[in-house]
Amino acid sequence: MMYRALLHLYPKSFRIEYESEMSAVFSRRLRDASGIGLLSIWIGAFFDVLINAAHVHLDLFFHDLRYFARTLRQSPGYALTVVAIAGLGIGATTAAFSIADHVLLRALPFADADRLVTVWEKMPRYSRTEMSPANYRDWKEQSRSFEAFGAYSDFSVNLVGEGEPERLTGSVISSDIMPTLGVKPGVGRWFTEQDDRKGAPGTIVLSYTLWQTRFGGSAAVLGKKIQIDNEPCTVVGVMPAGFSFPSRDIDLWMPLRQFGMFGDEFEDPDRTNTYLVGLAKLKRGVSLDQANSELAGIAARLEQQFPKELSKVSAMAVNLRDMVSDKSRTMLWALLAASMCVLLIACANLASLLLARARGRRKELAVRAAMGAGRERLVRQLLTESLLLAIAGGALGILIAVTATPLFAALAPTRLPITALPSPDARVLGFAMLATVFTGLAFGVFPALRATRGTDLREGSRSGVGGRRERIRGMLVIAEIGASVVLLVCSGLLIRAMMRIQGIDPGFRPDRVLTLMTPVTGQRYANTVPRVAFYHRVLNDVRALPGVDSAAYITSLPMVWHGGIWSIGVNGQPPSDATGQKASMRFISPDFFQTLGVPLLLGRDVAESDVLASPMVAVVSQSFVKQYWPGENPLGKHFTCAMLDRIIVGVVGDVRVRGLEQPSEPQVYLPYQQVKDGWVTPYVPTNLAIHISGDPAGIAAAVRRIVFSAEPQMPVTNVRMLDEIVAAETASRKAQLIVLGGFAGIAFLLAAIGIHGLLSYAVSQRTQEIGVRVALGATRANILKLITGQAFALALIGISIGTAAAYGSGRELQSLLAGVSPNDPDAFSAGILLALAMTAAGSIIPAVRAVRVDPATALRSE
Amino acid sequence: MDIIGHMQPESFLPLPEAAFHILMAVAEEDRHGYGIIQDVAAGTNGALKLSAGTLYRSIQRMLEQGLLIETGDRPSPEDDDERRRYYRITPFGREVAKAEARRLAQLVRMARRSGFAEGKA
Repeated sequence: MMYRALLHLYPKSFRIEYESEMSAVFSRRLRDASGIGLLSIWIGAFFDVLINAAHVHLDLFFHDLRYFARTLRQSPGYALTVVAIAGLGIGATTAAFSIADHVLLRALPFADADRLVTVWEKMPRYSRTEMSPANYRDWKEQSRSFEAFGAYSDFSVNLVGEGEPERLTGSVISSDIMPTLGVKPGVGRWFTEQDDRKGAPGTIVLSYTLWQTRFGGSAAVLGKKIQIDNEPCTVVGVMPAGFSFPSRDIDLWMPLRQFGMFGDEFEDPDRTNTYLVGLAKLKRGVSLDQANSELAGIAARLEQQFPKELSKVSAMAVNLRDMVSDKSRTMLWALLAASMCVLLIACANLASLLLARARGRRKELAVRAAMGAGRERLVRQLLTESLLLAIAGGALGILIAVTATPLFAALAPTRLPITALPSPDARVLGFAMLATVFTGLAFGVFPALRATRGTDLREGSRSGVGGRRERIRGMLVIAEIGASVVLLVCSGLLIRAMMRIQGIDPGFRPDRVLTLMTPVTGQRYANTVPRVAFYHRVLNDVRALPGVDSAAYITSLPMVWHGGIWSIGVNGQPPSDATGQKASMRFISPDFFQTLGVPLLLGRDVAESDVLASPMVAVVSQSFVKQYWPGENPLGKHFTCAMLDRIIVGVVGDVRVRGLEQPSEPQVYLPYQQVKDGWVTPYVPTNLAIHISGDPAGIAAAVRRIVFSAEPQMPVTNVRMLDEIVAAETASRKAQLIVLGGFAGIAFLLAAIGIHGLLSYAVSQRTQEIGVRVALGATRANILKLITGQAFALALIGISIGTAAAYGSGRELQSLLAGVSPNDPDAFSAGILLALAMTAAGSIIPAVRAVRVDPATALRSE
Repeated sequence: MDIIGHMQPESFLPLPEAAFHILMAVAEEDRHGYGIIQDVAAGTNGALKLSAGTLYRSIQRMLEQGLLIETGDRPSPEDDDERRRYYRITPFGREVAKAEARRLAQLVRMARRSGFAEGKA
């Protein structure tokens, strides 16, 4: 009995054939032996079965393989089609998975990444804001949920004295963060507490990339003093390759408390000046919710203590992984779902193809069955074939995925400390393999079971089995059409959203505006006088260039920097965070509005005569006036912003400072000569905007020379056209659309192929019937109707199901739709029309073939 | 299977040891599985005891290759066991066995020439 159980390791066909024989031999052996011999026979039998069963399996596999190779030689087109379709499906899914996994699922490359959280202030109307140093100090002291609690802030610096002056992106960071992340510098050391205090000598840690590009990867860089914003800093370490924190593309790190420009949490009493982000590690066993309720409690106590400054200010911790915006998250899940749709359509298509082929192979299968091959043997053979085809498809799919992944680069948010592109690794390959096996089984099992059912019976009961089979293929086609309608409609919705966003008026005219940055910072430019001298010299020379219409300086260009938000006090009230009256504040030189084409609606522009000694003036945006003095003449009204009382001298149109998709605070523009001394980053005007009528490259080169002659150590960076900045607003949407649209296109193509396959088969099966009809007087139109009627009936069912599913999917996508309704009629009608067009396209060739059926030949053929 | 007709006996060489022994066991008379095992054991003085797994895997393959056939003729009723299948060598199987024997003989001749085996080259 046990021996028979062991024999189950053999393929069924073998077992059926030899089971009783082998059992007989085995029991004879047992009968002849006794004692110790029995045991050795059992052990021997066990290994005998194990080894020989493996061999028999292998024999069968090679047998099937040879058989398969022969069928392939007979119909290579079929094999190529299957491999191409499987490859597309697997490739799309693998590519989508690799990016979703990279951004959403995979643990960040830090120790205990799941316990890392960022800590923020929470205010009404903002999803999260940075912390003030004083709040950071108190939260850190009072909380018990964290085993470490550090802080960081972004900053930019000029690197001079090492070749071309360069603008670098850095992070000032408290010394205790790096041990929290569990990453060690590749060369040298990280900051100590000695480095991270006020008045300590300047120290700096370089990124691997900066070390390689700027310092040639030489270890001699350790201990070297380099000029950062004209301050000497000693290089103490280099981080390993691939490391980036807090976001992608950070060039260097400096200790938080040493860095003079940032306040010290132990000294800075201002609780409204928020610029630090907390990074903390939860203690083992402490949940995020527990930490959050503790933080909320601390914040509530502080609010009671400082009711004015901290009104409605709470605290929250967010998992570091969840720094991805909801939009990115929705989009990535949507892409993954879309790719699954493509894979399913591919599988449906392949199953349909195999069914049709199995139909053609019925005779062959019946012959093999008659020769003694059991059904299990035939199923096994067919499954081996479909798995082999799927594996070839999987290999192609991986190739497609690897080639297509760069398309996805724009989908990885830069705010995460991850690389732009996932690298294809074991995880992704594993996924591709799963998708391959799934595909092979999904499109293989069902047709294999179908095809071999009743192989023992006579060939020719066409109407019965064939009819059912056709119905199943019909259902597969319905599924394909439905899924492609979903993809088409969703792409349509996103296209509509993109069109709406691109149609939004940014409030300025971005064309023909050259922009660049000259970071006028550091001790040398701490005061207004030297700074203004620099501005005057540069602006005068630039304006004199041929091809330049106007030029102006501003703190930061719209859509580039979303910060600089200040509380506003009007009618004698002091500014308070509690009132929620906020405005986005920028310093500008005269001509800024003219350069960007922002309309001056009332009063005057800022002027060269607006200096520190004269009254503090401001130009405000239309929405600012609407909010505080609706219906009144705002000129001459007073308000408080950035610590001083200001008089309104002009009103301009509103600008989308926070980008096309987000509402912006009202804007306040202050004269560039009224920046208080010592008020350095980030408000001093550093961005130069030039309205040009000449060649941008030539003018940019001329501007570089002008800046160099005014200040040889001043880097000129971020040279780009303003319309590029506006276009970048929709760049990630474009990438999403390309990918989703690509999926929809593949789905469209596959569904059309599916319809074509089904109809071709139907026409070939019904040739005789068609011949009879024509002989009996049916017109071409009748025949056409007969064939296309079938296709459009399926299409209508598929479209109805697909439309309903698209409606549901559209609602899921709502956060990406920028106000476009998820049941936007244009997107839906376009999707439905395309599905009909696809049906028509798939029907053409079979329909023509049907119409051309010659009744005489058709009737004679049977 | 379908290409057997065009196969040369030499294309099966060298024959697996078990297969050669099985062919030799059924050279004179049809035998069932256990009979083959016994005959092989006797012929090799017990040195080679085919296991059930090896035996039937070989038989399956040899049937496919057309070296053996199953036979419905049972030798005599009293020897017969209902469960047993009998195997008979095919003419093609004989050809293959002879070819293998020639190959081995050739090998032994070469071994003699090299002094590895006794006898005249």
